Amino acid sequence: MLRYVGARLVMAVPVLLGVTILVFSMLYLLPGDPVQAMLGESATSAEHVERLRRELGLDDPIYVQYARFLGNALRGDLGRSLVSRHQVLDEILSQFPATAELALASMAIAVIVGVTLGVLAAIRQNSWLDTLSMFVALLGVSMPGFWLGLMLIFFFSLRLGWFPATGQGGPERLILPATALGIGAAAIIARLTRSSMVEVLRQEYVTTARAKGLAEHVVILRHALQNALIPVVTMVGLQFGYLLAGAVIIETVFARQGIGRLIITSILAKDFPLVQGAVLFTACLYVLVNLLVDISYAVLDPRIRYGAK
Amino acid sequence: MQITVRGRIGPASRRHGQEGRLASTFRRLLQNRGATIGLAVLSFLVVIAVLAPQLAPYDPVDMVPDDRFLLPSGAHPLGTDQFGRDLLSRIMHGARISLTVGLISVGIAAVIGVVLGLLAGYYSGWLDAVIMRSIDVMMAFPGILLALVIVAVLGAGITNVMIAVGISSVPTYARLTRGCVLSAKEFLYVDAARTLGCRDRRILFRHILPNVLAPLIVVSTLGVAGAILSSAALSFLGLGAQPPSPEWGAMLSGGRAYLRDSWWIATFPGLAIMLAVLSINMLGDGLRDALDPRMKV
Repeated sequence: MLRYVGARLVMAVPVLLGVTILVFSMLYLLPGDPVQAMLGESATSAEHVERLRRELGLDDPIYVQYARFLGNALRGDLGRSLVSRHQVLDEILSQFPATAELALASMAIAVIVGVTLGVLAAIRQNSWLDTLSMFVALLGVSMPGFWLGLMLIFFFSLRLGWFPATGQGGPERLILPATALGIGAAAIIARLTRSSMVEVLRQEYVTTARAKGLAEHVVILRHALQNALIPVVTMVGLQFGYLLAGAVIIETVFARQGIGRLIITSILAKDFPLVQGAVLFTACLYVLVNLLVDISYAVLDPRIRYGAK
Repeated sequence: MQITVRGRIGPASRRHGQEGRLASTFRRLLQNRGATIGLAVLSFLVVIAVLAPQLAPYDPVDMVPDDRFLLPSGAHPLGTDQFGRDLLSRIMHGARISLTVGLISVGIAAVIGVVLGLLAGYYSGWLDAVIMRSIDVMMAFPGILLALVIVAVLGAGITNVMIAVGISSVPTYARLTRGCVLSAKEFLYVDAARTLGCRDRRILFRHILPNVLAPLIVVSTLGVAGAILSSAALSFLGLGAQPPSPEWGAMLSGGRAYLRDSWWIATFPGLAIMLAVLSINMLGDGLRDALDPRMKV
C-alpha cells in the first residue's frame, strides 16, 4: 500500500511542476507587453510601467523569473495583488473557507440526491421510476447551474421568502447555492450509480443473498450498494474538482465570497498576480483531491494496487 | 483466384458495407425514443438558427424605450427586456450564436485532440510521454477553470471564448483517441498496411482513424452540449459575448438585476440553453447506444 501511495505521489510531482509552468506562462502569453496589458488605460506614466516591470522582475531572463516564481511559490509567496496590495496568499486563504464550505455542502447534496436516484432507478429497472429518475438526471446535466441559481433565488427568496437571496453565514444562506452547484454533479452520480448498481445486482452473490432469505433492503443496502459505490467514489472525487471550478459562477450568482469570485474579479481587474495565485491554488488543490481519491480507491478495492508498478 | 478475392474486398464492396453499417446505425438511432426527440428538437433549433433573420418578428438589438419590461403577450410572446427589445427575437438570433460557438469549440478541440492522440498512441516513446504529460497538466485545471485562464490571457469576447472552450476540451479527445489507437494498432490490418509499404500518415488517417470515429462522434456530440454550457457561463460572467449581442448567457446575465419584477428576462434565455443542451445530450446518448453500446454509463 505504501508503495502505491509513494508511486502516486511521485507521479503528481511532474503534473504540479507543469501546472506552475502553465500558470507562470500566463503573463507572457498576454498579447503585447504584459505590463501594458495589466495596466491597460491606467498606465499613467513610463515610470509607473517601469516600476511594475521591476516589481515583477520582468527584466531578468525567463528561466530566472520561473525559478524565482517556483521558489517563492514553494515558500508560500505568490506576490502582491496589484489592486489591494495585500499578499496574494493571504487573500486566497481568507476566501478559501467560504469556497470549501460551498463545495462540501454541494457534494453532500450531490451524493445524497445522486445515489438515491441511481439506486431507485436500478432496483426498479425499466419501470416508470427508472425512466423518471434518469430523465431528472439528464435535466440536471443539461441545466446551466447559474440559471438554476437564479430560479432558486426567484422562487425561494423573492417569492416565498424562505431563504436569503445572497451573502453568506449560516445554513440558510448555504442551501440555495449548494443546491444550484450540486445538482449537475448529482445527475452524473445518479447515472453512474444506476449502471454500477444494475451490474452488481446481476452478480451471483446477490442471488445467493436473496436465496438465503435476506430481506430485500438488506440485500440492496448491505450487499449490493457497498460494492456498487466503489466506482462512484472516483466520480465523487472528480466531481469535487468540478464543484471547485463551478463555484466560480455560483459565487457570482449568489454574491458570495470565495476563490471563484476572487478569480473573476481579478480577471476583470487585470490583477494578474492574484489570478495566477488563485488558479495555481485551485489546480494544486484539485491534484491533491485526485491523489486522495486514487488512494482511497486502492483502500476500497485492493485489486487496484496489484496493477501499480 | 486471387483476382476474385481482391474484387470482393475492393473499395466498392467496402463502401457498400459502410453504407449498410451507417443505415443500421441510423435505424438503431431512430428506434431510441429519447434520441428521436433530441434529434427533432435539435433540428427545430437549427432551422430557427438558420432562418432567424427571416423568422424573428423584431430586430434583436433594436431598443424601444416605450416597450421596456413588457410581460409576455400576443405582440411579444416572451416579453421584452430592460431596453424594450423583443426576447423571442433575441433568443432566436441567440440560437445562431450558441450553436455556432458549440460547433466551432468542438471542432477546435477535436482537430487538435485527435491529432495529438493519434501521434501519442501510434508513435509511443518520448512523443507519447511529452503529449500525455502535457494533457495531464491541462487536466489539473478542473471544469471551466482552464477556459477561464485562457480567456484571462486572450481577453473577453466570443471568439476568444470559442478558442478557450475548444482548447480546454482538447484532453478529452486526445485521451480518447490515444486509447483507441493503442488497441487499433495491435490489429493485423495495421501490420499488413505497414508490410505493403503504406506511409505512417496513411496508416494513421486511412486505417486507424476510422476505428476511432464511433466513440469520437459520440463524445463530439455530447461535447457540443458542454461547449454551449461553458460559453454561456463565460458570457454570463461578462467574459464572452458583449452587449448588445443576443447571446443566451449574456442575456441571462442582463436579466439578473430585474429578477424580482421581470422574471421572464432571465428565465427564457436559460430555458433556451437547457432545451438546446438537453436535446444534444439526448441525441448523444442515443448515438452512443447505437454506435458503441460498450460506452454506456
